[in-house]
Amino acid sequence: MNVMQPVVRVRGAVHDKERHESGHKHVSGTAEYIDDIPEPAGTLHGYLGLSQRAHAEILSVDFEAVHDSPGVVGVLTAQDIPGENDISPAHKHDDPVFATGKVEFHGQPIFAVIATSREAARRAAAKVKIDYRDLPHVTDVLEAAAANYPLVIDPLKLERGDIDAGFARAKNIVSGEMRIGGQDHFYLEGQISFAIPGEDDEVTVFSSTQHPSETQLMVAHVLGVPSNAVTVNVRRMGGGFGGKETQANLFAAVAAVAARKYRRAVKVRPDRDDDMAATGKRHDFHVDYKIGFDDDGRIEAVEAVFAARCGFSADLSGPVTDRALFHADNCYFYPNVRLRSRPLKTNTVSNTAFRGFGGPQGMVGGERMIEDVAYALGKDPLEIRKLNFYGGEGRNLTPYHQTVEDNIIGRIIEELETSSDYAARRKAIIAFNRENHVIKRGIALTPVKFGISFTKTEYNQAGALIHVYTDGSIQLNHGGTEMGQGLYTKVAQVVADEFQVDLDHIKVTATSTGKVPNTSATAASSGSDLNGMAAANACQQIKERLVRFAAERYGVSQADVAFEPNTVRIGAERIPFADLIKAAYAARVQLSAAGFYKTPKIHWSRAEGRGRPFYYFAYGASCSEVSVDTLTGEYQVERTDIIHDVGKSLNPALDLGQVEGAFVQGMGWLTTEELWWDAKGRLRTHAPSTYKIPLASDRPRVFNVHLADWSVNREETIRRSKAVGEPPFMLGISVLEAISMAAASVADYRIPPRIDAPATPERVLMAVERLRAARAG
Amino acid sequence: MTIEFRNTIRFLLNDRSVELADVSPVQTLLDFLRIDRNLRGTKEGCAEGDCGACTVLVGRLLDGKLRYESVNACIRFVASLDGCHVVTVEALAQPNGPLHPVQQAMVDTHASQCGFCTPGFVMSLYGLWMANAKPSIQQIEKALQGNLCRCTGYAAIIRAAEAIASVGELGKDPLIVEREQITRQLKALQDGRRVEIGGEDERVVLPASLDDFAAVLQANPKATIVAGSTDVGLWVTKFMRNIAPVVHLSHLEELRRISVGVDGITLAAGVSYTEAYPAIVRHFPQLRELWDRIGGEQVRNMGTVGGNIANGSPIGDTPPALIALGASVTLRKGTNRRTLPLEAFFLEYGKQDRESGEFVESVRIPFLDETHRFAVYKISKRFDEDISAVCGAFRVKLDGDGRVADVAIAFGGMAGTPKRARNVEAALKGAQWNDAAVEAGFAAFERDFAPLTDWRASSEYRMLVARNLLRRFHLETQETRHVRIDRTVAVAM
Repeated sequence: MNVMQPVVRVRGAVHDKERHESGHKHVSGTAEYIDDIPEPAGTLHGYLGLSQRAHAEILSVDFEAVHDSPGVVGVLTAQDIPGENDISPAHKHDDPVFATGKVEFHGQPIFAVIATSREAARRAAAKVKIDYRDLPHVTDVLEAAAANYPLVIDPLKLERGDIDAGFARAKNIVSGEMRIGGQDHFYLEGQISFAIPGEDDEVTVFSSTQHPSETQLMVAHVLGVPSNAVTVNVRRMGGGFGGKETQANLFAAVAAVAARKYRRAVKVRPDRDDDMAATGKRHDFHVDYKIGFDDDGRIEAVEAVFAARCGFSADLSGPVTDRALFHADNCYFYPNVRLRSRPLKTNTVSNTAFRGFGGPQGMVGGERMIEDVAYALGKDPLEIRKLNFYGGEGRNLTPYHQTVEDNIIGRIIEELETSSDYAARRKAIIAFNRENHVIKRGIALTPVKFGISFTKTEYNQAGALIHVYTDGSIQLNHGGTEMGQGLYTKVAQVVADEFQVDLDHIKVTATSTGKVPNTSATAASSGSDLNGMAAANACQQIKERLVRFAAERYGVSQADVAFEPNTVRIGAERIPFADLIKAAYAARVQLSAAGFYKTPKIHWSRAEGRGRPFYYFAYGASCSEVSVDTLTGEYQVERTDIIHDVGKSLNPALDLGQVEGAFVQGMGWLTTEELWWDAKGRLRTHAPSTYKIPLASDRPRVFNVHLADWSVNREETIRRSKAVGEPPFMLGISVLEAISMAAASVADYRIPPRIDAPATPERVLMAVERLRAARAG
Repeated sequence: MTIEFRNTIRFLLNDRSVELADVSPVQTLLDFLRIDRNLRGTKEGCAEGDCGACTVLVGRLLDGKLRYESVNACIRFVASLDGCHVVTVEALAQPNGPLHPVQQAMVDTHASQCGFCTPGFVMSLYGLWMANAKPSIQQIEKALQGNLCRCTGYAAIIRAAEAIASVGELGKDPLIVEREQITRQLKALQDGRRVEIGGEDERVVLPASLDDFAAVLQANPKATIVAGSTDVGLWVTKFMRNIAPVVHLSHLEELRRISVGVDGITLAAGVSYTEAYPAIVRHFPQLRELWDRIGGEQVRNMGTVGGNIANGSPIGDTPPALIALGASVTLRKGTNRRTLPLEAFFLEYGKQDRESGEFVESVRIPFLDETHRFAVYKISKRFDEDISAVCGAFRVKLDGDGRVADVAIAFGGMAGTPKRARNVEAALKGAQWNDAAVEAGFAAFERDFAPLTDWRASSEYRMLVARNLLRRFHLETQETRHVRIDRTVAVAM
């Protein structure tokens, strides 16, 4: 009878190019975001009142006009907070919900107006009269250093080898500095929270958060209630990118406080401009570096200080600046190295997580050093890169003393050099540049190696909750949040694969602290690694019970029970999955399980600067060609080729989308996205009219993106896949380097071009002018 | 003149008729859809017309013909919709029915990630599809200039746009099938009356005719005139200004006229960028790129040349080019008209030569004769949908000996108003059109301009680029190869 059975696969199992589980709802406008949830009768709306000073004492606040404004129900200040007026995720007690006594950045929340409509609350909030006494303020990293501003958290030092000996041995030493701009997340759905009060001290908060468990904890702290009274739910976010890892907590806290105070549902949603003013961004960095190398370009020693604009509080600046150091080596072996972070306080919004989490800034710094070596020696930067890759005897130890064991960058680079025709195109570009004086071209091929795991080891755990109902349908819940990356789809595919049922039998439900507790942020690219494993674990528990039951019921050995596509084979017999479930229920088999996973092998001592912070590395490379207009500094990305490693992909369609999207976002960070503060410390690029993320017409004119489909994670990750969220972001570095080459052409490629990021047309033109002058003079 | 009044706003919303007696002058279409009608597929991303998450289609009759265009619901006032058909994403797929071809193509190509921008993209692509079922990559990119996506990197969305034609047939689209019926319904809404809504502080007027508008404005000289609301919309959504009384130009067909004469073209002040486009590119092909880069598609569908002039911005897209072309502007107050050179209209930052009760009625652009060389260059941080850091427009006429016989140069972004570079022009006039003349022109820039530093550009950059644009203009009169980035190439993957 087995021969009669057609060979079938379940629909939507792992490694399939399954569409996003909400795709049909996205396109029809029926995917529900928090602002789309129908409001209960009597819902109130909160609107934040923000500081109009960068650093000042608050002398007095006059709410009279606010209270008189139509629709106003009340005003919340720090005095209305029943618990603690603090939402510091670093537990430093430096992150008040509402400022008291003094404000430390332009845009800091001081109060919230609660009114019958959002419009009424917003108009009323603008009517406040606040007397300030200005204090000196600093917005810039270097100014903060010069003004002896404190560090928001202890710095990190990574050290290996003997840098003094290394520099003494080096035939060439170059030192320099680089500014790397920050980045606004520009999630299309802004921050939002919606709180509904319950019985006793209970509150349910719908929050656009990447970290429901932390939001729960912060709301509990602010309300002065235990965590068990607070439930945080999120079905999906309209983008996160790190911007809703800690930054959602403010809005959740305000909504919850108001909901408790007025015993009504309260929604808090800032306008885009206020969202951009009041919430943290990617850290701006200043890198001070020195690199020693031999005449071939082989690195002998590296010393660098990564100073970051952290803003007024610690937030996640500690782990962010740590991760910058962890990635300053990128793919390169530094025989002797000392890297230090300098997380500086500034009078700006507290900077936070953003895709790559400091890694991109570290990597840009590392690549800048490579570029300097290449231009100092008059060589192709790719030659310098390849010369210094990890690999070979004694050349696999990172600055944090983790051995690189899974290095595949050599193969990726080789394939990309071929598929992009790098060498021939570089030659043609150099010839083009000799002939043309207005338009200059540049090409660059840059690698990426990105460490996967939270460097805070305790975050590397996850839970899942799976229910199988008596009709055979499955409900899946896990601690990860969906922000567009396709996590819900991928984990559902894992479950489909485990049970061998078609994907449409599985419903993924909103992430809720009431279902899976004590979760980690969906961050650090870890979502599918952690939650996929936890879900698989839950499936396996249920399957074990089912196997035991089936073997007993049918009198076969457990080895003779197998889950096959939509059926279960028990000995010689096959029964539909749903029939087995019904029978198991009748026999009182538990059909629900909580799964759990913790990442093995990792450990990290920050004090010693050594350990194995990363379970594995993800790799990739991109090759970009640009045209630069040397009269205006404008540019265009002509072509980008990418090969990126996602291990054995859980879903190649979604992973490709992650790679394409991350590249364009990384390119935007390094080109047109500029954060600009005025002399008063006010962010002036605070809306899409002034803050320019890439458009469809900015994507490379030719864009060839491929996954390294031969790659298999050597560690036992979920189905041997690799994390994909952050690593491809850094593929955007090839655009900056290609622009640099085009600029360098005006000085025969012999002067390091040193364009700061973002390379706006202005910075590019000014670099061209500088290089022309240097060549002439 | 007897004017009949109506005190309601009437329009079609998807398959429903809407009649509203109570419309606030600041009520936006987006809030109306989301809050009043619970149609929450249309999203708010920025509330300033830059991200496109709120894109809907608005159908209206122009010369009796029904035309659908994408607009930004966030900065579109409800009152301006009188006589229109508003189509939201909810109209595309029936509940539990098959997806619309545009939607299906987006799903098939994995073109949504977080999904928040997606309904806006769907509506923009739907608008494009109705106008052009098989668009080129450039046409797709142009249609999507006003839609931001932060997740996908756009590649999949472009793939979707290309795939639509293979997913469904345009002829079966409801808006095509029901076109005649909707046209009849909209015609029935046109009653030729002046619409007056609201009390003293909430007054909204839609004049019935141009003469009626002139009379209304004379009686209410402080009224806010709203044409496309791409600027006034932000006064409300960003600055929370009370703009009443408001006069909408929506019903004034006279203000949407384009007349092409023997020596020039006249655009009535209410002509949108999109409406003006065919005539502009036919007669001034040098303006094509500039026109393609004004806002995004939604803004071009709403915004007007008259509004771009009347608001007096120093960084408006069209004034530098129009000044260099020698355009003039006609203002009207009651029945009195006066015409002045466009450059004279801009007095100083925030101040134009417009009296109380007066309005911009039209702008006239004289044709270039064949001996003139003309170009305009817009320099911005991002190429599309951005505001100029510097915009320079150049016109020269050379005599038989290759000397500059006539010259007009105007800049945006270099002063408090769009401004002629009089000293540069003087340095060039009569000179041989060569590098030396350009160098002489360079030296004169400092006498014309002392630009500001702001978030768009530094003073130094603006000055340097302004000079370099003169260099470019000169170069382009000499050679054409590789003096500009070729933006026409794009390959879909």
